[in-house]
Amino acid sequence: MSGALARERPTTAIVIFALLLTAPFWLPYVGGYDALATRVLVFGLAAMGFNMLLGFTGVMSFGHAAYFGLGAYGAGLMLRYVTSSTMLAVVSGTLLGGLAGSLFGTLIVRRRGVYFAMVTIAFGQICYYIAYSWNSFTGGFDGLRGFSRQPIDLGFTSIDIQGNGTAFYYFVLLIFALAAAAMGLILRSPFGRTLLAIRENERRARFLGIPIERHIWMSFSISCFFTALAGALYALLNNFADPLGLHYTLSGEIVIMTVMGGMRAFWGPLIGAAVFVVLEDTISSMTVNWMSFVGIIFILVVLFFPRGLLGMLKRRDAA
Amino acid sequence: MDRKIVGLRRRTLLTAGATLGGLQLASPFIISARGEAPVKIGMVDPLTGSLSAPAGPEVEGAKYAVAELNKAGGILGRQIQLLVEDSANDVGTGVQKTRKLIDRDKVDVIFGDVNSGIAYAMSQVTNEKKVLHIVPGGHTDPITGADCKWNVFRICNTTTMDATAVSGELIKRFGKRWFFITPDYAYGHSLQDAFVKQLKKAGGEYQGDMLPIANSDFSGTLIKAKAYKPDVLLNNMGGLAQVDCMKQFTQFGMEKEMALGGALFELEALQAVPVEAKAGWWTMEWWWNQPGVPHVAEFVAAFRKATGKTPSARHWFGVVAVHSVKLAAEKAKALDSLKMAHALEDLELPADVALQPGKVRYRAGDHELMPNIFVGNAHPAKAGANPDDMFTVAKLVPGEEAAGSVADTGCHMKYPA
Amino acid sequence: MFQVVLYNVTNGLIIGTFYVLMALGLSLILNLSNVINFAHGNFLALGGYIAYVLSPHLGYWGALLVAPVVTAAFGFAVERLMIRRVYNRDPVYSLLLTFGLAFVMQDLMRYVWGSNGLPLGLPPALAQPLSAALFFITYYRIFMVVFVAIAITGLFAFLRYSRVGVRIRAGTLDLDTVAALGVNVGVLRSFNFALGCLLAGLSGVLAAGQIGLNPNMGDDLLMPSFIAIIVGGVGSLTGTLVGGLVIGLAAALTTAVYPAASEAVIYVIMALVLLIRPRGLMGEEGMMS
Repeated sequence: MSGALARERPTTAIVIFALLLTAPFWLPYVGGYDALATRVLVFGLAAMGFNMLLGFTGVMSFGHAAYFGLGAYGAGLMLRYVTSSTMLAVVSGTLLGGLAGSLFGTLIVRRRGVYFAMVTIAFGQICYYIAYSWNSFTGGFDGLRGFSRQPIDLGFTSIDIQGNGTAFYYFVLLIFALAAAAMGLILRSPFGRTLLAIRENERRARFLGIPIERHIWMSFSISCFFTALAGALYALLNNFADPLGLHYTLSGEIVIMTVMGGMRAFWGPLIGAAVFVVLEDTISSMTVNWMSFVGIIFILVVLFFPRGLLGMLKRRDAA
Repeated sequence: MDRKIVGLRRRTLLTAGATLGGLQLASPFIISARGEAPVKIGMVDPLTGSLSAPAGPEVEGAKYAVAELNKAGGILGRQIQLLVEDSANDVGTGVQKTRKLIDRDKVDVIFGDVNSGIAYAMSQVTNEKKVLHIVPGGHTDPITGADCKWNVFRICNTTTMDATAVSGELIKRFGKRWFFITPDYAYGHSLQDAFVKQLKKAGGEYQGDMLPIANSDFSGTLIKAKAYKPDVLLNNMGGLAQVDCMKQFTQFGMEKEMALGGALFELEALQAVPVEAKAGWWTMEWWWNQPGVPHVAEFVAAFRKATGKTPSARHWFGVVAVHSVKLAAEKAKALDSLKMAHALEDLELPADVALQPGKVRYRAGDHELMPNIFVGNAHPAKAGANPDDMFTVAKLVPGEEAAGSVADTGCHMKYPA
Repeated sequence: MFQVVLYNVTNGLIIGTFYVLMALGLSLILNLSNVINFAHGNFLALGGYIAYVLSPHLGYWGALLVAPVVTAAFGFAVERLMIRRVYNRDPVYSLLLTFGLAFVMQDLMRYVWGSNGLPLGLPPALAQPLSAALFFITYYRIFMVVFVAIAITGLFAFLRYSRVGVRIRAGTLDLDTVAALGVNVGVLRSFNFALGCLLAGLSGVLAAGQIGLNPNMGDDLLMPSFIAIIVGGVGSLTGTLVGGLVIGLAAALTTAVYPAASEAVIYVIMALVLLIRPRGLMGEEGMMS
């Protein structure tokens, strides 16, 4: 029952981090660039955070873009109006998205299945409309501008993540690694195992006396915090936050990344994010009809690869 | 040439779909001597999403100009290669594509975006990377005003220029009591402010409503407008919302009681309005039917022959953008961004590029192009005339007159030391 | 003053009927098949475009009647080919499937008909205002409301009195029992999906007469329809009807007072309903969990 995580082999993590650590060196040879790799990490983190809920608790949210976007606005607003500290901006973005998620969560957790999804979308759109309409504070439709990530001051030296794209990539990678470690610890804890129990059989877990709603709420909140962290990093990547970052279309993309990579595998969402981001980037350069291709990817994944890339590899292992 | 690039890219895509190594196939490395390498222009525009209607023609215009220039020998003896990327009307994607074009494809110049918010975000990247950036069609003032940058030049007018240009004509012809219908975001606010400034100068009075950007039902506001009994109803909405508003205005029979006007209107939007709603006083930023002006008729004929379409202002933006690169590079005798930026300052477009009377130049103080603004009225095409003959120019307002001084724009141009 | 009140109420009803028609289709599919059809807005646009293609041949009235049927046929095919395969899987798959379908449909419509708006011509008689005093009510608006009212009455009558309709309603409550009684549930669901698309197509033709055609036109109507369903109460078609009218009226009244908030107000209503009466105005207890 504790399934996926126990079977996760350390080699997967080693291979992934070896590739990520060396990315700036081999990327140019396969047509990549630093900003693309950073984007993969950002969306990988968002999808992994989301997957705490979908893959490891078995609850479907279709509004996670809201917390991603709030993370971005939180970081942006902090840099714009309050401080020039990049780290404080990341923290405030994470808090804004995470707390909003926890708050909405209290209204959402009683729903199940498609109704849960529907209500999450609607709450997400509320955030979208606030960002979109509040011209004087959030920049409205045009987005929040006029801030940029600042070099990190360590006292004895400062790291120029502002002008140096590679340095920024490593900065994001460090945060990503810390967040992934935190997620791993949460999932291995008794709390994480309880979530799996709820996913496998909610009714039985309820009979065992597990407070289901509270656990789902906690899982939802935790997942919102991680997604918001990714959003804060996204704001730093673009030096911009805009309302589309809160829109349910992005929620759909986060879901497809997760499913495409394999929602029952810890690293699945990262793999899915990598494939999705790179494919989208490549296809949209070649044809204006890229939306059809992306849509077809959605359909193909659902109809033919529901277990995702890592899910398929695992099945082959087991066979 | 340009068709070939597109065709090749489409075919590459098919191959890419068939193999897992699509990534390498899709991005061939051009390793050759600098002299043989093409001049690369990267263009980022919202080809999908709600602004795709104006974005398509801009790209089409640029492609047309690239094909024509390549036939004539390119830029500095090198062929031009246009790399088009879709920003999908999303800032994150637009910024990402800009970085991709600069970091990976090593483009010499960046064009874009129709969406001013994206154009601004892109300019942060191009400025950081020191790449010449031409904004063909993003209108909000700050791009060449408070947020102006040494590497950024703009072709389309600012919202203030458009509003100021049409104001005089509206006051003169119809009167000084106005009702505004304005989209509730930065563009709408600055547009309305510019109108109000002119109106107050003339001692007029006004009322108005701020509506959501993508509003589609205007009856609520129109009823207020009717009660106010204005001389002119100013429709400041953009894109499809502007068209919806005009349709409902005529459906309600209000055209008998007040004049309809506004700042920017476009051939593309005019084509989308039903016959009975083609009306009102507007500015066009370029218009194809200019009898007697040298080069214009030839250009329109050649463009129609190549694309089957009547060129719109958006097409013209794309054409001017490509020619500006050529003019700058040849004046600077280099593709260096800094040198090209200096070369573009106060550079006057030749008559076969300007395609209008008078002198058209990039003003040095704020890097804004100073063309004529075509003020006139929209109407259904007359029987027997070209179906795109839906606008009659009443007055050409010189851009400089409408733009005000550089000091008014709030731009302080700073070059890197 | 009388004019303003009359106007607000009329206009709210007109906007509301749009939401209702669209939301009823979504609601039908959601209730019977447990699928949120993200592509519903695209079926709406498709209906409008088909009417645009047909109207030169069949005239406006012919197009108005035939286009929704063609849309329904397309919906039927989509259900048979794709949607059917995900009924018994985790809801995430049906969401993703219709989401991807929405992308493809929107892109194909842009490819075929272009991203520029297209006008759908109305018969001149409909494009007139009622009178000088009631200038803001065109015959088209009256026609729309009447036509939608007839369509909705027809739908409710169909669900109540026809054999298929009764089965759809029964299936909404307990699909297993309906299946055990020997009803071919697969065909029932396909038919029901097509019925939902018929309503979307009809909304599309009507919307095209009012706001014209563009590939994104359904997107703006999708969210209000979701909210109509949540506000009205999931599982209840009458609730959807009420929900649609409530948010339509709310949006119209807000336009009169503070127009910039006319989009936001429907979300506020939804949040209030979820706080005070989580099952929605007319929802059955337990339907949402």
